[in-house]
Amino acid sequence: MVYTEIAMIAVVFAVIVDLLIIKTRLTRKKVFWTSYSIILPFQLITNWWLTSRNIVMYSPEAILGVRIASAPVEDLMFGFSLVLLVMALWVFWGKQGFQKS
Amino acid sequence: MLKFGYLAMIIFTIVGSFWLEVVLKVGVLRRAKRLFLSIVPVSTLFLIWDAYAINNGHWFFDRNQILGWYGPFDIPLEEFLFFIFVPIAAVMTIEAVRTVKKHWIVGDE
Repeated sequence: MVYTEIAMIAVVFAVIVDLLIIKTRLTRKKVFWTSYSIILPFQLITNWWLTSRNIVMYSPEAILGVRIASAPVEDLMFGFSLVLLVMALWVFWGKQGFQKS
Repeated sequence: MLKFGYLAMIIFTIVGSFWLEVVLKVGVLRRAKRLFLSIVPVSTLFLIWDAYAINNGHWFFDRNQILGWYGPFDIPLEEFLFFIFVPIAAVMTIEAVRTVKKHWIVGDE
């Protein structure tokens, strides 16, 4: 599997974890989409930094070739799944009464 | 200076998020155990992905723009820092939104 396929699986996995496994349902809440819309521009800036300066490079065979702010579009799927999974787990532990405040 | 290229991105992420602790008092770092339990399972999965991607050449790093310290599976130190500080920034962001929008439901109330 290449980056494109793994990134798509990661997004689906993150949404399934959120909606069905730990049932935090963040993807149905304003608080998540607002947070994500704050994070996204920062991701675009850092992606641009890492890729336009060739700090990180990608095999052309591993990506679709569609680039946003100089980075492969796959990076956005990678970032989305990372952010969603961490936030969902954070909310999950809070729901269990763990260090709520 | 060139070798701090990747590290600069990590520092940018820390500076861009940790101020929320001071100004909005999100109290994320105070809840270290909850933070640890939220980050480790996810970062472990992503580091496995990272190791697979590096070893299959999906992505690679400019050796002149990283510190040159490597962990297991040829993963650069900066990648480990990435999978610590980006998740912390994400948690600080959702807690910051909650602090500002007190009536919005998060799900752990």
